[in-house]
Amino acid sequence: MSKTDAASKTPLLRMRGISKSFPGVKALKSVDLTLYEGEVLALLGENGAGKSTLIKILGGAHVQDEGVIEIKNQITNVSTPQASQASGIGIIYQEFNLIPFLSVRENIFLGQEPSKTSLIPKKNEEIRAKKLFDRIGINIPINSACNTLSVAHQQIVEIAKTLAQDARIIVMDEPSAALSPRETEGLFQIIKELKSQGIGIIYISHRLDEIFKVSDRITFLRDGEHIDTLKTKELSRDDVISLMVGRTLENEFPRRRSNIGKPRLKVNNLSQGKKVQKVSFEVRSGEIVGLTGLVGAGRTETARLLFGAEAKDGGQIELDGKLLDIKSPRDAIKQNICLLTEDRKEQGLILNQTIRENFSLPNIFQFSTCFFIRKKDESNALSFYIDQIKMKITSSEQKASSLSGGNQQKVVLSKWLQRNSEVIIFDEPTRGIDVGAKYEIYQLINQLAEKGKAILMISSELPEILGMSDRVLVMNEGHITGEISNPREATQQDVMILATKSKPMAT
Amino acid sequence: MKNFNYIQFLFDYGTLIVLAGLCCFFSYVTVEEQSTANTTSAEKLVKKITKDLPKNSNIIVLARQSNEAVEFTETLTSKLSQNKIKVYKTIVGQPADARKAITELGKNRIKLHGIAADKHMANFAKSNLEKLSATYPDLKRAIIFQPENFYWPNFLKRENLLNVMKQISVVAIIAIGMTMIIITAGIDLSVGSLIAFSGVVTALAIQSLGGNNPEIWHLWIGALAGAIVCGLIGMFTGGLVTIFRIPAFIATLGIMFIAKGLAFIFSDSAPVPIDNEAFGWLGRGRTFFGLPNSVILMLGLFFTAHLLMTKTSIGRYIYAVGGNPEAARLSGVPVKWVLVFVYTLTGLLAGLGGVMEASLHITGDPKSGDLVELKVIAAVVVGGTSLAGGQGRILGTLIGAFIIAVINNGMNLTGVESHMQKVIYGSVILVAVLIDQLKIHLMKLKKY
Repeated sequence: MSKTDAASKTPLLRMRGISKSFPGVKALKSVDLTLYEGEVLALLGENGAGKSTLIKILGGAHVQDEGVIEIKNQITNVSTPQASQASGIGIIYQEFNLIPFLSVRENIFLGQEPSKTSLIPKKNEEIRAKKLFDRIGINIPINSACNTLSVAHQQIVEIAKTLAQDARIIVMDEPSAALSPRETEGLFQIIKELKSQGIGIIYISHRLDEIFKVSDRITFLRDGEHIDTLKTKELSRDDVISLMVGRTLENEFPRRRSNIGKPRLKVNNLSQGKKVQKVSFEVRSGEIVGLTGLVGAGRTETARLLFGAEAKDGGQIELDGKLLDIKSPRDAIKQNICLLTEDRKEQGLILNQTIRENFSLPNIFQFSTCFFIRKKDESNALSFYIDQIKMKITSSEQKASSLSGGNQQKVVLSKWLQRNSEVIIFDEPTRGIDVGAKYEIYQLINQLAEKGKAILMISSELPEILGMSDRVLVMNEGHITGEISNPREATQQDVMILATKSKPMAT
Repeated sequence: MKNFNYIQFLFDYGTLIVLAGLCCFFSYVTVEEQSTANTTSAEKLVKKITKDLPKNSNIIVLARQSNEAVEFTETLTSKLSQNKIKVYKTIVGQPADARKAITELGKNRIKLHGIAADKHMANFAKSNLEKLSATYPDLKRAIIFQPENFYWPNFLKRENLLNVMKQISVVAIIAIGMTMIIITAGIDLSVGSLIAFSGVVTALAIQSLGGNNPEIWHLWIGALAGAIVCGLIGMFTGGLVTIFRIPAFIATLGIMFIAKGLAFIFSDSAPVPIDNEAFGWLGRGRTFFGLPNSVILMLGLFFTAHLLMTKTSIGRYIYAVGGNPEAARLSGVPVKWVLVFVYTLTGLLAGLGGVMEASLHITGDPKSGDLVELKVIAAVVVGGTSLAGGQGRILGTLIGAFIIAVINNGMNLTGVESHMQKVIYGSVILVAVLIDQLKIHLMKLKKY
């Protein structure tokens, strides 16, 4: 960026020479960050680059070892969450901090009650809350309990909460992760509104489309170091990726020799209540079928029914012409179907167990004689995958919780690769994973397809669905509403039309 | 990495350090001069006497009335006679008895060459022999032999240590199952009642099979009945927890009352006697190397459970279910069966505990086992198993049980009264949980 431009404005926030070490790791090495009034600064970096540590320092959850934080040119102490709040910093973490049974109003003013003894001036608060929502430009019933709100609305309450505390600096950590595309549009609208009020926003996301849409400048972090801060307008998508990863990727989605054979998985009239209604499709040998739709369209539910994670009301599942009897995930696994869940931490991994233990969980009987585990075989099998899928770990005895998202996904992948299933269902395989690791995961999916496996890939990221699949199925309201047979030539627009169509596809 | 290992060490062996510290402390405060009037000291004394006295010398053996006195004097008497030394008289009793015996020797003009005595009697003889030998010259040449005195903590006596282990064996055995349940993030409050229930069922089964004169196989069947019935109750609890999704706390609370009530109803509120002393084999017997059978059983079960939890697929499943039941289920772990297994096993072990308790008293007592569930849970928690599930070690529980036993024993030895003991118990549990919290905190710091 040009220096003159920067000099003309006073920075709202300046973090200078921030360093932070944890036992065994140097998380941040003299990082600088500058945020101006009324701008959106994107913070980009692979997982483990130091973004969250930097944000936690700003929020008072961690204290830096070195470096100073200036707010409006004044050195400010933000070493506790209270101090940080008082300095006008508001942080919206990925997991919301709302109290479910309290009302919107109560949540917004939580901790700001005038004094401990006096009654809460409800009327006054109501008026103030209304004003806050006017500022944001969206109206939410202020007396409804927070657990009755949609995720998008809860997020707006979080934003209102930071505004109520007079925040001038708002940090949003992966704000769109749980939002539908339409809700994300709404969020951008809010961000625009806040910008016009002179608020500075630090925006963290893995979704490059959003970064380009919403940010003015991008600060790149890599391995705890500040790489560069550049104007978004002057960057191309490839520039951004190579700055993040530190090397150039030839293509966002790796190419693959398509060798599609005979049908393997056949699903007929799979149903469960209103969530999944008479879903039928097939996946051929060597084929990657993409399954997409808006949040709540029934994609994940379909996968869970296939895998036996939930009981189906009706429908048949066939593999290689044989009717399968699936009542539980255990049955599905035995019959060569596996599912990589969308939520790795909640459903894919046992976080407090080691990589080795997670790896062998579905494969335990391959590694044991009369219940006794042959630890050597177990370790050997795992080390094969550590090399093959390039897990970046220090030891197989590391706890799964200590890994970055990409490596966690690789651990999940390794356990199913060892299982050698024929049908592999990926539910949001790259959610929360940085660009470099994403590419590797795509390569692995391609390799599996080349081996003749039947692959079903669920994703909300349309470029990913279109870039990876041989065929795309689109769902809405529990039905399959359409199919795109040449996804490489289709546009995101085409998908959105099908995703909002309410009539099931004629079969 | 150095830092990491240090923390890891603290995690794994923290409780062991506490146990060692407690042992050191109680050893230090219970050091006393020991009178060792037992078989070994008697044998040593015989060697000394045969060396110092010629054959056919006359000797008397004295010991003050105590549990050990009989074996001390019997060994002395028989070994001395074997070595051709004439034991004129053996007295186990009070100093007055000894004076009478010695005076009688003097009156009968029998030459006395030696007195073999324990510490108390030797002190008595020393102070009285001179006076007596003035009247009776035949006593003049008598030499007093006594075992060598030394200082040793009462706590560290072999007998006391075995006692510590024996007293905790029932709690520790049940704690094996409880550890597994708590690792799956559950709890079982019914184990104390199952002890009573199992004891009563065992005793009643023996009575109805063998009447007033039961044979050995009746005892076996009774014991198996007690254990298996409790195993089935555990299985039922497991069913409540898995099929009907009743929280373990509530389900086992219900079973706790039911089992206790049934124990009283079946036994008509009175202890049920078992009319064969052979039933005491498990609770009182010492078949191998002088170790109590209950202690051997406990150590054997811990070894087996340790293998089960660390080396087998079942153990892996139990940890997985506790760590993240949904992820475990989606990885093909039969979560419900794992839960039913741990509750059944715990029921079975509680039943076994009831049999041991009945064996100790040779009675099936509906009042036994009160509050044992809390001691069992305390042993597990003190042993470092987190109530949040997913983490814990069987051997940690063994150490936890020992810590509780050592505190109990040490306080008894040092004369802390029973109400104060409760206060200290409670404090130990709180400290254990605080350490657990500290662990979690340190873990988080490490993870950043």
